[in-house]
Amino acid sequence: MTSVVDARQATATRFVCRSYLAVVLTPEPPIVEWIAEIDQRIKGAESFLGGAPVVVDLNAVKLSKLAIVHLISELEQRGIRVLGLENVDAFSTDPGLPPLLRSSHSGTVIPDRAAPPAHDVRKEPTTLLLDKPIRSGQSIFFPDGDVTVLGSVASGAELVAGGSIHVYGTLRGRAMAGSHGNSRARIFCNKIEAELLAIGGYYLTAEAIDQFPKGPVQAWLEGDAVKIATLDR
Amino acid sequence: MAKVVVVTSGKGGVGKTTTTAALGAALAQIGQKVVIVDFDVGLRNLDLVMGAERRVVYDLINVIQGIAKLQQALIRDKRVDTLALLPASQTRDKDALTEDGVRRVIAQLRQMFDWVICDSPAGIERGATLAMRFADIAVIVTNPEVSSVRDSDRIIGLLDAKTLKAERGERIDKHLLITRYDQTRAARGEMLCIDDVLEILSTPLLGIVPESEEVLRASNLGSPVTLSNSGSGAARAYFDAARRLMGENIEMTVPSDKVGLFGKLFGRRAA
Repeated sequence: MTSVVDARQATATRFVCRSYLAVVLTPEPPIVEWIAEIDQRIKGAESFLGGAPVVVDLNAVKLSKLAIVHLISELEQRGIRVLGLENVDAFSTDPGLPPLLRSSHSGTVIPDRAAPPAHDVRKEPTTLLLDKPIRSGQSIFFPDGDVTVLGSVASGAELVAGGSIHVYGTLRGRAMAGSHGNSRARIFCNKIEAELLAIGGYYLTAEAIDQFPKGPVQAWLEGDAVKIATLDR
Repeated sequence: MAKVVVVTSGKGGVGKTTTTAALGAALAQIGQKVVIVDFDVGLRNLDLVMGAERRVVYDLINVIQGIAKLQQALIRDKRVDTLALLPASQTRDKDALTEDGVRRVIAQLRQMFDWVICDSPAGIERGATLAMRFADIAVIVTNPEVSSVRDSDRIIGLLDAKTLKAERGERIDKHLLITRYDQTRAARGEMLCIDDVLEILSTPLLGIVPESEEVLRASNLGSPVTLSNSGSGAARAYFDAARRLMGENIEMTVPSDKVGLFGKLFGRRAA
C-alpha cells in the first residue's frame, strides 16, 4: 500500500512557473464615475475584454478592504472576473479576495483608457544591433524584435529573434527568426552558408540551404515552407 | 609595463606549446625579459620543448599553494639568460589551479619580466580559462583547417567574455597566428587559404608559420626553433611575429626554408 502512496507523491509534487498576459484595469477616483465608464464600454462592445484575465491595479486609489470587496463584486456583476490585485498593501486583503500580484513592469499599458483599445497603443520598435562578429558557441536570444549583425555569424553560433534577422556578413551558424510564431519575420544575409534557417518554427536544414548559390539571400515563410531567394542588387 | 600574453587555440595539437617556446625565445633573443608559464597542469610539455625537463624542482601549483617561492620554481634558460620557464605540475590536475593563486603569481611575474607568456591547455575548461583570465594580449594559434578555425572562433568569443579585461569593459588585444601552413597544399585547395581563415575569424594576423620539419626536429632536441635553427622559415616567422608583438610594422610573408615557388612568384625575400 505504501508503494502506491509513494508513486503518487512522486508525480503529484511538480511545481511549474509560467507567466501569462493579463489585462490591467486601473480604477481612478471617483470610483462611481469610473464604473459608469466601464458600463459605457461594455455597451459598445459585444464581449468586453474578450474574456481575458483581468488584474486590478489599485495604484491610483486608496480603498478600504470593504471598498475593494465592493469594487470586485461590481466588476463581477458586469462579467469581469478579477484574477488578482496589484498595488494593495497586505492589510487590505483577505483570503476571500483575489491574490496579490506584483508585475515586473511599472507603467504598463492600460488598454481601457484610449478609445479603440490595444491597436492604438504604439509600442516602441526594438532592434538589437550587434557590431561584433558572433562567435562559435555564442547564442543570441532576442524575443522582442529584430536582430541586426554587422559582422558574420560563425558556424556553431545561434541567433534567435522574435522578429527578423539581418546579417551583413556571412551567415554560417543557425538563425531562427519569428521565434514566437511570427510568420512574417524574414532572414536576410549577405552570404549564406547557414547550418539551419527557421522562421516561425518551420525550418530548412543545411542540405536544402546548400542548393542555393552562396550570395546575398533572403528567406521567408510561405504557408509552412521556408523559401530562399537571391537578393537582387 | 609588463605584458601578459596567452597562447591559446581551443583545439589541441595545433602548436600552442611550440609557439609559446618559439615566441618566448624570440622575444628573449631580441633582448626582452621573458617568462613562459605552462598552464597545462597534468599534461605538461613546455619543459620538454624547452629542454628543461630534468631541471624541474618546483612548479606553478607549488607556488600557488605556497609550498615554494616563485624564485625557486623559475628555471633560467641556459642559452638565453633573459628567458625563464615556470613549469606546470605533472602529478596534479587543473582543479589545483585557483583564480586567486593565478592572480598572485601573474602579478608577481609582471614585476620581474617584460613579457609573461602563458601556454594554455587545449579545451575551454578551467585550465584554459585561467590561462587567459589575466591576459592583456591573446595569440590565437590556428591551423588552416576547418575544425581548428571553428575552435579558435569559440576561443575568441570566450576571450571577449571571460577575461578580466573583457569583464571590465576593456578589450583584450587579439592576434591570429596561423601555423603549419603549406602553400602548395593551400593552392591545391586541400587546406584553407589565409584569406578564408581571416575572413571567418575577422582577427588581425600576427604571422604565418610554414609547415616545417625544423619545428619537429627542434621539439625533439628540446630547443625552440628560433634557437636551434634561427635561419629556418619557421624561426624567421616567429621572429617576425615577436617584432610585430612589440609594435613593429613588418610586411607579412610566409618565410620558407628554401626559395620555393611562392618566393619566386611573388618576389618576396625567401632565403
